[in-house]
Amino acid sequence: MLIPHPLLGLRDAQEFTYLGDAALIDRPDGLAADAAGRFFDYGYLRDNPAGEHRELWFHEQGDRSWLVVTRNITTHEIVRVELARDVALARGRGR
Amino acid sequence: MRYSGFRIIREALTGHKGWGPAWRDPAPRPAYDYVIVGGGGHGLATAYYLAKTYAKARIAVLEKGWIGSGNAGRNTTIIRSNYLLDGNEPFYELSMQLWEGLEQEVNYNAMVSQRGILNLCHSDGQRDAYRRRGNAMRLNGVDAELLDRDQVRAMAPFLNFDDARFPIKGGLLQRRAGTARHDAVVWGYARGADRLGVDIIQNCEVTGMRIEGGRIHGLDTTRGFIGAGKVGVAVAGNSSRVMALAGMRLPIESHVLQAFVSEGLKPLIPGVITFGAGHFYVSQSDKGGLVFGGDIDGYNSYAQRGNLPVVEDVCEGGMALMPMIGRARLLRMWGGIMDMSMDGSPIIDRTDIDGLYFNGGWCYGGFKATTGSGLCFAHLLATDSPHPTAAAMRFDRFQKGLMIDEKGVGNQPNLH
Ligand SMILES: Cc1cc2nc3c(=O)[nH]c(=O)nc-3n(C[C@H](O)[C@H](O)[C@H](O)COP(=O)(O)OP(=O)(O)OC[C@H]3O[C@@H](n4cnc5c(N)ncnc54)[C@H](O)[C@@H]3O)c2cc1C
Repeated sequence: MLIPHPLLGLRDAQEFTYLGDAALIDRPDGLAADAAGRFFDYGYLRDNPAGEHRELWFHEQGDRSWLVVTRNITTHEIVRVELARDVALARGRGR
Repeated sequence: MRYSGFRIIREALTGHKGWGPAWRDPAPRPAYDYVIVGGGGHGLATAYYLAKTYAKARIAVLEKGWIGSGNAGRNTTIIRSNYLLDGNEPFYELSMQLWEGLEQEVNYNAMVSQRGILNLCHSDGQRDAYRRRGNAMRLNGVDAELLDRDQVRAMAPFLNFDDARFPIKGGLLQRRAGTARHDAVVWGYARGADRLGVDIIQNCEVTGMRIEGGRIHGLDTTRGFIGAGKVGVAVAGNSSRVMALAGMRLPIESHVLQAFVSEGLKPLIPGVITFGAGHFYVSQSDKGGLVFGGDIDGYNSYAQRGNLPVVEDVCEGGMALMPMIGRARLLRMWGGIMDMSMDGSPIIDRTDIDGLYFNGGWCYGGFKATTGSGLCFAHLLATDSPHPTAAAMRFDRFQKGLMIDEKGVGNQPNLH
C-alpha cells in the first residue's frame, strides 16, 4: 500500500504506524459532567464500517507527522489524505 | 446415517451407492424459536448444543455464503488452552475437553490431534513470564511443562540454536494442545445439528433486524423475512456490520490475518511451535504442508486478502527460527477478517435489545474456542444467564474496567 503524503508524495505504508479511527482526534472534555460515559465511547467503541474509513497514520519513519487517511477498507483504495493538524484545527482544536 | 467402520465396509462392498448428503438443504420456514446468524464453527456449534439440550425448539442457522466460508475455513487450526487470566483459562480448558470428545460426540472425524504446542522463550524475562503462565494454567487444572534448552533441542533439533540475538532458552509446552481439521469441524457440527432437526440455510444473508419496543422479532434476509424468538449473532469478522443493523457500536475493529502453506514434506515438525522473539508459528498438516502465520496486517480491513509486507515479515520470522524453511516452496496463502476486540478477548453476552445475543471479538484465536463458544452461547441463549466459564466475557467489562487483556497492551486492537 502506498500513502500519498500531502508533503512528501507517495510513501510506503511500512514507514507508518497505524493508530485507528480518526474520531480519536475528538477527545472528550474530561471535566464535562458525563465525561466517564463519553470516554468509554471514545476509548472503546468503533464504527468499523465496511467502506470508507477515516483513520490516523503516523509517519514514524519519515517526517513524523500525523495524517488522516480516508481509505476504502474493503478495497484498500486510498481516497484522500490530509495532515491531521489541519483536520484538528478545522474541528476547533487548538493544535 | 451413522458413520462407522462397519458402514465403510458395507458401502465399499455395495459400490458406495448408499452415502447421502451430510445435511439437508431446507427452504427457510416463516419463523423459528432460535435463529443463529453465521454458519461458521461458532454458529453451527451453538445450534448443535442448543438442539441437543433444548431439542423441542425450532432452530435455524443463517449463512450468507456457504458454511465454513469465513474464518472457520481459513484458520491455521491450532487448539490449545494455555491462557494466563482467570477470565479466559477455564473457558479455554472447557473447550479443550470438548475437543477431546468431539468426534464421538458428533460422530464425525475432525482429525483432532493432540500433538502439543511449544512456545519458545528467548530471554530470562520471557522464561519468567512463561513460568507464571504455566503455573496459572496448572492452578486451573491444565497441563503445562517448562522445558529447558536441551529438552527443546531434543524435541526440535532443527531450530536455530545458534541465534546470538534471540537465543532459545527453553519453552512452555502444553502436550494436550494440537490441531484439528477446520473444515471437518464445520461439517461435523453441521451434520450433527442437522440430525437434531436444525435447518441450515445457506446463501441467506441477514440484511436487517426488525426491532420494535426494544425487542427483536425477526430478520430481513436475502431469502425473505424470517421471524425469530431469539437471535444469536456469531459472524466473527462481520460483527460490527451485523450489529450495526441493531444500531449497536461494538468494541471491535476488523483486521486481516494471513496464513501460509508450503508444499508437502515428509514428517518434520512434531507439534505446533511458536517463535517468542518475533511473531511466527508453524505446524505441519497431515498432508505434509507446513502451515504457518504471524501478525495481522495491522490496519482496519474487510478485504479477505493481505498485503506483501506481512508476507515478508512472516517469512523472516520463519527463517530466523528454522532456517531450513527457506528450502520449502510456498504453495498457498490467503487472508481472513478478524474481529479484533479492545482487550483481545471475546464477548458472549446479551444486548440491551430483548432477544438479541452476541458472540464475537474472537480475534485470531477463535478456532480453538469453537466447541466451548458453541456450548456457552447455547447456554446463554436458552437460559438467559452466562455459562460459568464465560461469565467474564461481557460487554460491560470495558465500562467497568474489568478487561481481560492477556498481553496487557490496552485498547489498541492491532497490538493484541
Ligand atoms: C489466517 C487465520 C488463522 C487463524 N488461526 C487460528 C488458529 O490457529 N487457532 C485459533 O484458535 N483460531 C485461529 N483463527 C481464528 C478463527 O478462525 C476465528 O476466530 C473463528 O473461526 C471465528 O469463528 P467462526 O468460525 O464462527 O467464524 P466464521 O467462519 O468467520 O463464521 C462467521 C460466518 O458468518 C457469516 N456471515 C457474516 N455476515 C453475515 C450476514 N449478514 N448474514 C449471514 N451470515 C453472515 C460469514 O459468511 C461466516 O461464514 C485464525 C483466523 C485466520 C483468518
